[in-house]
Amino acid sequence: MQKKIRVLIAKPGLDSHDRGAKVVARALRDAGMEVIYTGLRQTPEQIVEAALQEDVDVIGLSILSGAHKTLFPKIMQLLKEKGLTDILVFAGGIIPEEDVPELKKIGIKEIFGPGTPTEKIIQCIQDYCSKRA
Amino acid sequence: MKSTGRGPIRKYLYFNTIYLTYTRSMWRQNETMFDKEKIREIGKQRERWENTTLPNWISQFPERQKEFRNHSGMLIKRVYTPEDVEEMNYMRDLGFPGEYPFTRGLHATMYRGRLWTMRMFAGYGTAEDTNRRFKYLLSEGETGLSTAFDYPTIMGYDSDHSMAKGEVGVCGVAISSLQDMEVLFDGIPLDKVTTSMTINGPASILLAMYIAVGDKQGVRREKLGGTTQNDNLKEFFAQKLCIFPPEPSLKLSTDIIEYCARHLPKWNPISISGYHIREAGATALQELAFTLYDGIAYIESTLKRGLKVDEFAPRLSFFFASHNDFFEEIAKFRAARRLWARIMKERFHAKNPRSMWMRMHVQTSGCTLTAQQPLNNIVRTTIQALAAVLGGTQSLHTNSFDEALCLPTEEAVRVALRTQQIIACESGVTNTVDPLAGSYYVEALTNEMEEKAMEYIQKIDDVGGVIAAIEKGFFQREIANSAYRYQCEIEEKKRIIVGLNEYTIDEKCPIELLRIDPKVEEEQVARLQKLKRERDNRKVKEALEKLHYAAQKDENLMPTIIEAVKAYATLGEITDVLRKVYGEYKELILI
Repeated sequence: MQKKIRVLIAKPGLDSHDRGAKVVARALRDAGMEVIYTGLRQTPEQIVEAALQEDVDVIGLSILSGAHKTLFPKIMQLLKEKGLTDILVFAGGIIPEEDVPELKKIGIKEIFGPGTPTEKIIQCIQDYCSKRA
Repeated sequence: MKSTGRGPIRKYLYFNTIYLTYTRSMWRQNETMFDKEKIREIGKQRERWENTTLPNWISQFPERQKEFRNHSGMLIKRVYTPEDVEEMNYMRDLGFPGEYPFTRGLHATMYRGRLWTMRMFAGYGTAEDTNRRFKYLLSEGETGLSTAFDYPTIMGYDSDHSMAKGEVGVCGVAISSLQDMEVLFDGIPLDKVTTSMTINGPASILLAMYIAVGDKQGVRREKLGGTTQNDNLKEFFAQKLCIFPPEPSLKLSTDIIEYCARHLPKWNPISISGYHIREAGATALQELAFTLYDGIAYIESTLKRGLKVDEFAPRLSFFFASHNDFFEEIAKFRAARRLWARIMKERFHAKNPRSMWMRMHVQTSGCTLTAQQPLNNIVRTTIQALAAVLGGTQSLHTNSFDEALCLPTEEAVRVALRTQQIIACESGVTNTVDPLAGSYYVEALTNEMEEKAMEYIQKIDDVGGVIAAIEKGFFQREIANSAYRYQCEIEEKKRIIVGLNEYTIDEKCPIELLRIDPKVEEEQVARLQKLKRERDNRKVKEALEKLHYAAQKDENLMPTIIEAVKAYATLGEITDVLRKVYGEYKELILI
């Protein structure tokens, strides 16, 4: 039997807009993935620790507070330090297009803006995991 | 026999549906609007139409959908007739504007007298930045200010806290101490403006700072006008910016209601908010029911302080969203006003009609804005704003078209404000009061909203009241289910969002975005640290110890918090004292 894809949906930053994170979490679960949701206001350390403990294949970061340029590099740095570089990291929320190249450069695979169909996120994860396997 | 209206009191609140139902059926014995004979005749004609004209038409031109529903899931009929409102009793259900049950509006002349308040939410960067924006808005003729605070302030963290990194001044203005508040209102006489503050967990601290600025300006406290959002209950299941657990959070909200009733007669101590409930994914019906339920909880909690209902209820205010379904929203606003009036009169035995007033602020719905083809958002906002006006709001905020992408630019804010002004000055909808009254559809929908909200309220009662419902995740689950359903409908194209899942184009973000300079954080942190060095730290320590003591004794904390902010104790320091006494809320995680 094929192992289920394990996904951590994490909310860094102080904002509390969890509607999108929860909808994505549920859609991934309905698509047959194992989903762990961290809850709100997680520090980069807490997120990376959870990823390690839960042995996830994928991390989805959701942020709408505008602090992504401070918090995402920190998370990516910590993942590197822990040797977790094979985890697929994607992000969503209110992230201006002009910030996207910079975020991709530090290793975030995809940025899904407002209005993205969940189907597209599922596809992206499945493609990545099948290539890796 | 007359029901007493005092059934078994449950632990937190008991909503006496039986009494309301009883009273309504009593009224039903009075004259309804329509002659029974004539209604029967209309019914016969409807049947004839359904057997002739309708099938002939449908066989050639089938309807676009099998069934039509609004966001709340209510089935919408093909056509409404007097049959759908045959039980309506004009004086009981509608009455005249400015009179109970206020369905047609709180004021006798509504917008023929005074237009609604156009109050635009603003705040970003440092206190200096927002002070400049406030002064600009005042010079444009605004008299109502509305303050957005940044996330660290909202969560009770000073700007130099480790959790504040990257967030200072980004989504609102950073306020860590009375010093920042003095800058924010520098040159703005507090007896000439009213100020709304969107703040909940630390609401007492920000209100204390506002009072302190007023004291310094020599403005008497009874002259201070404005609003603190201060609705901590909805935080647990909607806005989710909670600091303390539910019980102490309700206590802090109640402290402000009590303090204002005694000392700040012109202040609205609370804005009982459905907006965030809706934005988190709830339907219009859930928004209505959950908000009223919170309102009842605040009244019960304040009554326990020994105040009489008419001593504080007139200053309670409400805050709703206006979403896309035009008539559903209008019905919601009208039903909300009527239901609240009935609750206040029948359940809480209010005597003063102002206690029965549901004064409301409405904001167009942020979650309906699309990042795709953002100019379309101007049209969405216009329809939503029009619904709020036809629903009889007292105050309105219209969102800017770029808000799915960033904080609004000045140009986008101007278009949003102009939208309200065009509705007010050009559309003609303000010329008469409650123009949609008597529409078979609107009245039937208003009735259905009220009845279904009552059923929901009963359901929450059965869960055990507001705090039990929060702790069991009842609201959270209900809202998450609705949010997911909404998203699925969009993805299955059962719900069309123009520019998103239909009528799409390839586009690059065409608009200019507002960015916050990272220097804001440096400057703010430097100012705060200078203050912490230079203030009288002995005085700060004493004030915080006094607060710690008062919190343990369960006193009303407003007076000691005012003392603490005047000693320049910071927002973070004051919140930390309360965190020690009350503990911190641990989120109930469910998806």
